[in-house]
Amino acid sequence: MNKDIFVIIEHLGGEVADISYVMLAAAREIAPALQGEVVGILLGGGIENLCQNLAADRVWLFDDPRLADYSPTTNLHILGELIQQHAPRAVIFGDTSTGAEVAAGLSARLDLPMVSACHSLTVGDQSLGYDSRICGGRIQVQGELPSPTALIAMVPGGYNPDSGRSAVPPPIERLAIPHLEEPPIRLLSYIQPETGDVDISRAEVLVSVGRGIQNQDNLEIVEELAEALGGAVCASRPVVDQGWLPVSRLVGKSGRRVRPKIYLALGISGAPEHVEAIGGSQVIVAVNTDPEAPIFNLAQYGTTSDLFDLVPVLTDHIRQARSERVA
Amino acid sequence: MNILVIVKMVPDLVEELAVDPDGKGLDPDWVRWKPNEFDDHAIEQAILIKERHGAQVTVVIPDMDGAEDAMYAAAARGADRLVKLRGDFTGSANNHALARALGKYLPELQPDLLLTGVQAHNDLDGSLGPLLAEFMGLPYLGYVAGVHLQGDKANVRKEHPGGVVAEMEINLPAVLGIQAAEQAPRYVAFSRIRQAMKTAAIEEQEIPHLDISGAAEVSLMKQVESGERAEMFAGDPDQVADRIVAVMRDHGIL
Repeated sequence: MNKDIFVIIEHLGGEVADISYVMLAAAREIAPALQGEVVGILLGGGIENLCQNLAADRVWLFDDPRLADYSPTTNLHILGELIQQHAPRAVIFGDTSTGAEVAAGLSARLDLPMVSACHSLTVGDQSLGYDSRICGGRIQVQGELPSPTALIAMVPGGYNPDSGRSAVPPPIERLAIPHLEEPPIRLLSYIQPETGDVDISRAEVLVSVGRGIQNQDNLEIVEELAEALGGAVCASRPVVDQGWLPVSRLVGKSGRRVRPKIYLALGISGAPEHVEAIGGSQVIVAVNTDPEAPIFNLAQYGTTSDLFDLVPVLTDHIRQARSERVA
Repeated sequence: MNILVIVKMVPDLVEELAVDPDGKGLDPDWVRWKPNEFDDHAIEQAILIKERHGAQVTVVIPDMDGAEDAMYAAAARGADRLVKLRGDFTGSANNHALARALGKYLPELQPDLLLTGVQAHNDLDGSLGPLLAEFMGLPYLGYVAGVHLQGDKANVRKEHPGGVVAEMEINLPAVLGIQAAEQAPRYVAFSRIRQAMKTAAIEEQEIPHLDISGAAEVSLMKQVESGERAEMFAGDPDQVADRIVAVMRDHGIL
């Protein structure tokens, strides 16, 4: 039986995505106990230079100009044949805009068991277990991934991506591309994000609002707070979906990743899609009336004060502190 | 143009969640069900396409608490046809089971386009859309925020991490996983929902057997234990603000 762990390396715009290193770190941790090897797999066009720091025992490349643009149907076809041919113990995908749909499609197509939202993996006596977080990060689920092959869609948080990087380039093998039909899905163009008035990914102070802000008019007190701090206002998905702030201010899985000195989270519950993008903050202070909100698991400081009572007072205190410093 | 929107009911996270005594699922007595938020965006996207191009919009929902309310609200927003799936969708039912059942039934409705939310917060075995697409032999694209029809194709905007958007073309029929509709789901007054309750008919489709294979087995489900929790500041707004200002000073912000 093949005991190898396949890791489907994600990349976009000529860069390996962070989640790829997280997945490699996971694979490296479980592979020795399973007596298997870590095989990194890349699909794309002109991608050999992306392999240099991947902590894999081997890297297999499907490198062809026809694969330069992501198309889920092509990936399903190529990876489906590869997995059937080798039957690895596990295949790890990112639970992301590309990995999630390919993993689920393969689960249905190849009739292989799948788990998503996987945070970490464990190895017992020849068994492989998963640990996933669902329901906005409130519920933990564990179970076994049956043999011979299981598909895993992994979220960040369980492993340090640095453990998935290596100073020594892995051996690379180029694999032949199977016959490809004209795909039913084609890329027309990429639209790069507009940074708008501020680039939140570079801001040192961020005041972030979530659903708890309730309506657009209430943003005024938050903007005053950000102004007093010399910072920028950003938001979680519900606020942007309502059109209250532009998408350039979105922090989360499909928005920006941020690394401020301070991240003030106002009325944000802390859903995994948001939390994965704020982990680089030096300090997080969360304000949420729900004491069970998952954001308090990540924040260093928190309060259950009502943000509408607290924010105007906090703005005054900050103005006062600044004027005292100037004086 | 025949558009189907598949809506999944999920636990309302505003309510407290509890795990059932055998530790393998949520305790249904504590769960209040509501339509998956991303599916709500899928309904809105379908209505927007209908307004732009003309279409019949059919909303399909498994029969669970709250499903009928969700259907009437969809009708009030502009859905033309409502279908309730009858079967046991609580307990161990998973996305593989629902997708497999829908894969058998939905071809009867001859869809040109199927929309569903890109994910749901309780997905544990992949999201519904890509599973359904595969069981129906159709292409799937997820993380979609914007759909424009062009003949027998759709131009869609797919969101990637970092705010990069890919404009892609997909042959129809196809399944799309909606991340966000082009505009926020519209508000409808309760009077219009009440009117829909009187006029809209709900069709029923029997789903006799749910095959749950394809998902990893659950051996333990529990509330996430808070490890290192935030240091909490209590007191009146003045006292809390003082503590936050002190943190800012310590970190060189002030």
